[in-house]
This record gives sequence, C-alpha cells and structure tokens, in this order.
Amino acid sequence: MKTFNYHSPKDVKTASKLSSTSSIFLAGGMTSIPSMKLGLATYKDVIDIKNIKKLSGIKVSGNSVTIGATTKHAEVASSKEIQKKIPSLSKLAGGIGDAQVRNRGTVGGSIANNDPSACYPSACMALNAIIHTNNRKIEAKNFFKDMFETVLKKGELIEAVEFKIPEKSNYQKHPNPASRYAIVGIYLAKHKKEVNVAVTGAKSVVYIDKDLSKALSSSFFSSAIEGMELDSSEMNSDIHASADYRASLVVTYAKKAVEAC
Amino acid sequence: MASLVGSRVERKEDKRLLTGKGRYTADINIANQTYAVFVRSPHARAKIKKIDISKALKASGVVEILTGEEIAADKIGGLIAGWAIRSEDGSEMKVPANPPLAKDSANFVGEPIAVVFAESLDEAKAAVDLVKVDYKVLKGVINTAEAMKGETIHDGIDKNLCYDWLLGDRKAVEDAFAKADKIIKVDLINNRCVPNAMEPRACVVDYNTASEEITLYTTSQNPHLSRLIMSAFGGVAPENKLRVVAPDVGGGFGSKINVYNEEIVCSWASKKIERPIKWVAERTESFLTDTHGRDHVTHAELAVTNDGKFLAFKNETIANLGAYARVFGTVTPTYLFGPCATGVYIIPAAYTNVKAVYTNTAPVDAYRGAGRPEATYTIERLVEKAALELGIDRTEIRMRNFPTEFPFKQTLVHTVDSGDYVAGLKKAKEMSDYAGFEVRRKKSEANGKLRGIGVSSYFEACGIAPSAVVMSLGCGVGLWESSEVRFNPTGQVSVYTGAHSHGQGHDTTFAQIAADELGVGLDVVDVVHGDTDKGTFGMGTYGSRSLAVGGIAIVNACRKIVAKGKRVAAKMLEVNEDEIDFKDGEFVVVKSNKKKTISEVAFACYLPGSRDSDFKSPLPEGEEPGLIETSFFDPSNFSFPAGSHIAEVEIDPETGEIKVEKYTAVDDFGKIVNPLVVEGQVHGGIAQGIGQALHENTKYDETGQLITASYMDYTIPRADNFPEFNLGFTCTHATSNPLGVKGCGEAGAIASPPTIMNAVIDALGGQEITMPATAEKVWKACKTMKKSNTKAA
Amino acid sequence: MTKVTIEVNGKKVSKDVPDHTILSVFLRDSLNLTGTHVGCDTSQCGACVVHVDGKSIKSCSTLTVDINGLKVTTIEGLVKDGKMHPMQEAFKKMHGLQCGFCTPGMVMSAIDLLQNKKNPSDTEIRKWLEGNICRCTGYQNIVAAVKEAASKM
Repeated sequence: MKTFNYHSPKDVKTASKLSSTSSIFLAGGMTSIPSMKLGLATYKDVIDIKNIKKLSGIKVSGNSVTIGATTKHAEVASSKEIQKKIPSLSKLAGGIGDAQVRNRGTVGGSIANNDPSACYPSACMALNAIIHTNNRKIEAKNFFKDMFETVLKKGELIEAVEFKIPEKSNYQKHPNPASRYAIVGIYLAKHKKEVNVAVTGAKSVVYIDKDLSKALSSSFFSSAIEGMELDSSEMNSDIHASADYRASLVVTYAKKAVEAC
Repeated sequence: MASLVGSRVERKEDKRLLTGKGRYTADINIANQTYAVFVRSPHARAKIKKIDISKALKASGVVEILTGEEIAADKIGGLIAGWAIRSEDGSEMKVPANPPLAKDSANFVGEPIAVVFAESLDEAKAAVDLVKVDYKVLKGVINTAEAMKGETIHDGIDKNLCYDWLLGDRKAVEDAFAKADKIIKVDLINNRCVPNAMEPRACVVDYNTASEEITLYTTSQNPHLSRLIMSAFGGVAPENKLRVVAPDVGGGFGSKINVYNEEIVCSWASKKIERPIKWVAERTESFLTDTHGRDHVTHAELAVTNDGKFLAFKNETIANLGAYARVFGTVTPTYLFGPCATGVYIIPAAYTNVKAVYTNTAPVDAYRGAGRPEATYTIERLVEKAALELGIDRTEIRMRNFPTEFPFKQTLVHTVDSGDYVAGLKKAKEMSDYAGFEVRRKKSEANGKLRGIGVSSYFEACGIAPSAVVMSLGCGVGLWESSEVRFNPTGQVSVYTGAHSHGQGHDTTFAQIAADELGVGLDVVDVVHGDTDKGTFGMGTYGSRSLAVGGIAIVNACRKIVAKGKRVAAKMLEVNEDEIDFKDGEFVVVKSNKKKTISEVAFACYLPGSRDSDFKSPLPEGEEPGLIETSFFDPSNFSFPAGSHIAEVEIDPETGEIKVEKYTAVDDFGKIVNPLVVEGQVHGGIAQGIGQALHENTKYDETGQLITASYMDYTIPRADNFPEFNLGFTCTHATSNPLGVKGCGEAGAIASPPTIMNAVIDALGGQEITMPATAEKVWKACKTMKKSNTKAA
Repeated sequence: MTKVTIEVNGKKVSKDVPDHTILSVFLRDSLNLTGTHVGCDTSQCGACVVHVDGKSIKSCSTLTVDINGLKVTTIEGLVKDGKMHPMQEAFKKMHGLQCGFCTPGMVMSAIDLLQNKKNPSDTEIRKWLEGNICRCTGYQNIVAAVKEAASKM
C-alpha cells in the first residue's frame, strides 16, 4: 500500500480543515482500505473521523430516527429503539457485508461512498432521509448523484442521517452470490401520504421507481404490481445479472417487500 | 489392546493449528531476506518486444531485477508436462516450451515476465510499476470449443492441438448403436474451476553460500517430486544441493502439485543474488496463475434398449489445457478420464475421444477428482436422461446395469476388485427417503416452488498404480510411495512418509496405522513428512493415494520391524522364531508365555550387549544393529471407492435461486481408518462439487482477461450455501492392499456435481442447463418452462 | 510514522509504525503473531479475523494506527494457563478444521457469535460465518463445533 499521513482529529472543524483534493475521510474503512491496498485509490492524507464523539450515536424523536455518521452497522442492527421504530432499517444494517464488516462499517461511510450496490442509499431514499453535514442539510433525493458520486463538497462531512419513520416498511435484497452486495435491493416505505420504492443495485445510482411507487400508493398489495414489466434499458448488466434479470428482480422483490410489511 | 484403526481419533495436528502455531510458508522469515514481486503479463497473448528495467533498477530498495534473458542464459529449464500422451494416429503429443520467465511471448494474463527483488514488499511493488514492457498485443484464443479454429498460439502446434486421443473401440460402438432402441444424447460443459486453497501459494528460499545448498520452503503437495523436477528439468541445483520443505500447507486440491515459475525463479535467483528471498501470492495472483481445473466441452451418447439396458457409450470431448501443458495437465483428460467413462455400469462397447487444446488462459491441471468428476458427470447425466426418456425410475435403471459380481472387468481398462453398488444405492434411497419425494415435491409446489431430486452413482479409480503400467501409458515417474519407520532406542517411533498432508490429517491416521501394527500407543508415534531432508523419497499427495499407497508403505515397513523384532526376541528368549507370536506390542513365546515388549527388543537392537555379561549379543548372527526399516510400496492395482448420492433442491421460479434442501451420500471406502477424518473429507468434497455445480463460474472475457479474479466476483461457497450433509457408508474391502482401504479424498467432488445437476434439471422438468446453474440461468429456464406449460394448457 | 500503544493478548506493546501499516501485517511481521493469516486482498475470506476490544474485525482491512490504545486478541491469546479456549477444544473434538489456514479467523469469528448469541441455531451460525471462507470442511463440522462450544461456554 502507498504511504499516506494519518490524522485523527477530535472535532469536525479540524477534520474539515485537514481535507484536500488528495484526502479521504476514514470511518469504518471497509471500502476505502481495500481500495487503497489494491492501488485503486491513493491519498496524501487519511483523516480518521471516528474519534469525533458527536458523530456517533442514535437519537429517536417523534417522527424520525437520527443516526450519527460513524455509527456502526452492528449498532444499528442491534438497536432496540430502531428495531421498534423502523425495524426494516435494523434488518438492512444486519444484512450488510458480514459480521466483521458490520463491526467496523458505518452509515456515513456507506452513504458518502455511494456504491451503486450498497444497501443504505436505498433506505435514505425510501425513508425521505435528510443528510446532515457540517454545512447544510441535504434531502436524500438530491444527495446521490451518480456511481460513487454525491453532492458532498471538499471538506464537507456527513454528521448524521435523519430517517423519517414510516407507517410500514421493508427491505429485501437479492445478494450478489460472490460479494454479497445487492444485485437488487428494494427498500419499500409506506408513509402517510406516499409509498416509496427505492431501488439499489439495479442502475448506476439508487433511485425511486415511480411506477412501482405509484401502483403501490393506490393499492398497497403485491397484486398491484404483479406482472409489471419495467424498462430495463438503463439497468446494469454484468456477469452476475443481465439488465432484464435485474428488471424482473426489482418487481419480484418489491412484491416480497409488500408481502413482508 | 483395542484397535486404533477404525476409531474416531481426534487429530494430533489440531492443537498446533488451533493455537496459531501452525507454520505455513508465509510465516517463515529469514534474516536479510529480500521480497520478490513479479512483473506479469497484462495481456492474454502478446509478443514481448522489449523490457526496460532501467528506471525500476534505480528505485528505492531494489536489489535486483531479472528477466527471461538471464534465466535463459543460465540455462534454467522450464515447467513440464508429466505425462506423454500419444494421439490416436500414434503421434506424440505437442508440447510448447514453458520458460519460468517468458522471454519472447506471453500466453496468458498473469504469466511472469520479470521479477523484482527489493528490501521491502512495498518497494518491490513500487518498482514493478516502473518496469516498462513493450508488447505487441495479439488476438488471443480463449474459448475451449473454438480453440482449434483460432490463430496458432505456439509455433508448430497446428490447430492448437496437443493431442487427439482415443480410448476404446469405435467400430464396436457404432455396431452397437446401430442395434439400439434409443440413443440418448447430451451436450455438456464441465465448467472451469479455480481450486482456491485458502493459503495462497508462497515460497521462501535460503541459499547457503558455504554449503552451496538451496533450501526452498514452499506450498507444495509433493516436495520430493518438486525437487526432482527442479533438479532434473529445471537444472536449478543437483538434488543433493536442493532441499525442499513443504511445512504446514493450507490446502491444495491439486493446485499445489505443480512446480511453479515462482519457485524455480526464486530458487535460481537466491543463489544469484546470494540473499534469501520471500514471495507470497496475493489472492488475485492465485486466481490468475494457480492451475485451474476441468474445462471440458463434451458431446456424449448412450445407446439403450427400451427396457433400459445400456449397450454402448461414446464421448467426444474437447479439453482445455490452458496456455501450457503442466504436470498432470495432459493425463487428467485422458487416462484419469477415459477409463472411468462407463461409470459403475456394464456397458459392452465404449470409446472416448479427447482433443486437448491450448488457449490463452491459465494452465489447467488436476483439481480434486481430476478427470473422474468430468467422466462421472457425463455418464450420470446420460443415465438420468435415459431414465427420463424411457420412463424408468432413475434408481431402477441404474440397478439394472450395475455389475453384481466382483472382480468386475470393465469394457475399457479397469478391473474393479470389489464393490457392492446395489447395496450403496439401496442404502442411499432409504436414508434420503427417496420414496417420500413426491409428497415433498407437492408441498413445494403448493408454496410456489419447484422441487427436484437427483441421483448419481459413481466409482473412482484412485491411487494410480502399478508403476510399470502407468509408465507404459506415458507417466514420467513411477507412482509408488515410500516410508521409513524408525523405532528409537527409548521407545518412540518416527514414521517418515513421502506423502504430504495439507489438511488430510496424516499426522493422526498414519500414526493410528503404525501404532496398531507395532502395538504401541498413539502418543509415542510421530509422523514426519514434507521435507526432502527427512525420510525417504516419495511421490506426494494427490489422486486419493496417500492411504492406499503411502499408508501401505507404512504398514509394510512396520511389518519388517516386527519381523526383525521377532528374530531378535527369539534369540533373547532362547526359542525358535516360529515359537513366538507378536501381539499388542509383545513378543510372546506361545508355550511358556515368556515375553519381551517391542520396546525392550528395540533397546536391545541398538545396545546389543551389556557390561559383565558373557559377551553374548541379543542379535542373531548376521543381524545388523538398529531398528529402522524402509518400504517402497507399488500396489498391484488402483483402489476403487464407489457410492451413490441423492440430492433434493428447491427452486424459487421468480428469482431462480436454488436451495439445496437435502444431500445424502453413501460411500464405500473399504476399511475406514478414522471415520472422523473420512467424514470431513466427504463433506469437503461434496461442498466443492456443489460449488462447481451451482456457484463457481470462472469467466474470461473475449480478450482473455479473467473477470472473476477475486472473491468479489468468483463465487466461492460460504457456510450458508449448504444444508447439513447426511452421510452413510457401506464396506467392501480393497483386495490390492493389506488393509483393504480405498481412497476417499475426491469422492465427494466426483459424485456431487451430477447429483445436484440431475436434481436441478428434474426440478426444471428435464430442461438442460449448464454448470454453474446460477440464479439467472435458472430464472430463464423457469420462464421457458412457464411458457411451454401455458402453451400446453 | 506514528507511535502506537496497543494491548495485544494482554501485553502492552509500543511501537513506531508507518501510518499505512495494516494490522495483519503489524501482527505478523512486527510481533511475529503468525497465527493471523491473510487469504485474500478484498476482506472477504476472514482468515485474518481478530478481536479489537472484544469484537471480531478483519485485521487485513484495519490500520494499525486506527486501533491505537485499544485491546487486540489474536488466536495466540486464547490459550489460558496452557488450556485451549472451549471453542478451540470444540473445533478439535468435532474435526472442525482440516488444513487449518482459515481456522484462526473462523475460531475468532465464532467466539464473537457466541458473545452475541448464546445458543445460535444452525442457520444463524451459517449466516454469521459468511465472512469466513473454508475450502476444506464444507463447513459442516465447523457448525457442529460452534454448537458444541455453545453447549460448553
């Protein structure tokens, strides 16, 4: 691995100041360290944000659950409060990577990395999340730009993610058999006024499937989307799944999600 | 004394391995060592025009950079094919040179071109990036089926064809086919697998400038054979100046049989730079350069009568050798494949034709089962399809064609000494509740799922022998095995074996055998292996041979010890030898019950006299002191384990996902030395076979890039991919060895791919599907099935 | 270069390490704790699993500087007073290992499972172990060993 300078600031301000075009914020490191090891990414400065106390923790208010950026997947999975308020979010966190990844990986890291097959971005989209950074609050629908790309600016750091508590929700994943990332992941959330079907893995970036969401908004039964055929032209195609297969899986897992609600 | 052979003895090696005290090659460090990193071809096929190392040589920490020029100048030989195969027309096979560092052309992605030695691993890696190789990229030949139509890869090897081999009688087969009621046909792909031993390959080399001896620590299944090849063909050092040590080795599965480029290069270079060298593969290097397995494209046919009798069999196969022919590369698709083609059945006429081709992919060699899984997959797919087409129960059609008398002389090559195939299949049916399947199928259907059942009956020819026969078929060495047993003066026993344990548990099972033979406790027996400086020359471990060949060498050496012990005891007890019985570690005079323990006799063998005695030696006249015996065992025949496996799968037609619901295996391994170890071998083999059938997809793109070169893309099975396997055993003793044992290491990997695929295809209503049966393929098949069902309705 | 102080298997270790030193490299090369193995480059295989402050993590994807001040337990640290940990004993009894290469990571991961769940079902054990690859055993005896250990711990 190429050398770099490691920093472990105690507050957000210092962390932000240290950042440059050749730096990375390190949270769990579950993606960034393997990519540095493989030489896919090199940085001059690695800024570890795990020692910034205020970035970690779970807060539940009347209509939302706010999770600090460096809160680990294992903590979200086992949180009694989240299990009560948004059980599907705990389920999602409990299915990311493997036990060791969940002991290190963080919600902020997952969202900032915006891997097209990561699980968390779909939760942000479906649960109308607000991403709190050191500068502003960003609605999830405006946050994820494209593959591995978000609207975060240089020096901008995710502090917490605020998820809106839905009436009902469920997460379903068809894992890549090798990496166990999502080939297709469906986060279904029924809010008071709308139903969101957020899809990860299928396209270059997470999105809300409008057709599925609309159909389920009018009738929250799997029969409402039975046999629906989605346009696969923008869907990913690789050795693990063709675009057509992905399109079919999106509907199949959306049905499973409805039935599990 | 209770017999240790047959007992579930916990393994002696486990404490070391469980407490972090195992010593694998990568754990070894030598003072002043340099780190090797290889410059590898990024292209599947290219001419090497120029290599510029000037910038890299100046980089920080670089000690030396060597290329194919230097290795050629030093006349270091290349990698070899261990078996010479003749084509049907009598011509010799065509084999390209395979230099340890490619000089003129590179023929697969990952082939080593040059090597950097530096003071640290980071520095070596950084310098590798500075080596500039000027390539002329050529169009590669990647696809197995199309290889003979591609550009010629190796000069002088037309159609990229290594050989066009035939076993059997074409005319007899055609005559039988003409008389058949029905011809069953299959087109199969036996998918390429990457063995993936969990320990990546590695080597550490220490050159002693005083003794001029090279010590190579390496990840090998057969250190003696490695030394022989490196010395005789590589010219790295004479055998007496080359010590090869394979310490704890983290799995092999065939991928650690070969001597690899890195071992030859580092051994040669250590002498050249007079520094120790350490090289450890990264996982992606392992994916790119470890020998791969399988990769056959097969068309096969079975001629049958309407009542399900098999008349004749033919098999036309194209086998991919990869870029070069390696140690077992050429024999795997011939003598390890063709003779097993007719499976466990009486088939009066048969032939197998194999065209082995070169492609610009990683070399293909033995992988757990080597040839026998490919043969079994072919015949068992045909048999299952025959049952379906003839409307005969899949187990009934098998029973109708099983031999019931042994020895069973097969049509092609083997005379199977023992077996009871009927008993095995009957037991498997009972254990799997075969009769209750239809109820379970309906239950799955009610849940919207498709359930299928699959059967496979197999036999395996393992412990390849005897040497004279295998050498007459083209093998470069004899396949005997050796052992030396040393009974120490103070009562412990050291058992040296030429076999190698890399997970098989020889420290325990071989000790059980020796302890029983000598009547001593397990705790005083140590098994020593894996070091050419310790013990006799041996051929190593592969092909399920260790127990049936190596284990017997131990038995024979122990029996020589007992025989000598008896002569000495007779003198000590002042009786004739034939008046003595050896039992439970004691030499007993039958009539008087006077006795000497084997330890007392051993002591006397080393200290033949005592102070103030009457100058009498306890040794008979002409007997040498000491109690050390050696045996080289060359069996009279292979051993032939066999069995029947039954699996049930459930498919979700909406996602195509397959769940293996039940797996039952009934195997006949003859006498079992340690059931705990044998069960473990079966579990592991079944898992690897299920991996091949459902998960493992080795994928090269059209330019020859391996796109499944990490665990992110190559689906290596995890714990949650399997159900609990249900094992049963039957027993008929092998007659070719005194213990009655048969091999067991590969059986699971041989039987499980057809078992699983037969179940999947059953669930899909007989629709053919290729391995690996991934979710998307199955989903597509389910869609086709739904369409045709709708039409039918 | 950063000076780190880490408690490894109950002993304080202070060393200057380059910032990019991976924990598995530090344990193997600097402390000669070679029981922690490295079997892949993508943090999938789990041969490198150790405990940091009692929780299982993959040491091949962790920076040494990142765990400054914390406690690390490796496979070598499980033996107490010459006696193997119940999980190690169970692996031996149930033949939960063959070549032994994945074993240290497998054992460390399995111990963490039992810390989270006292009596896991077969399915839960298999699910938990998805981050640990074994090529030898077909996992069956590993599952049996974890259950055996659960009954003893």
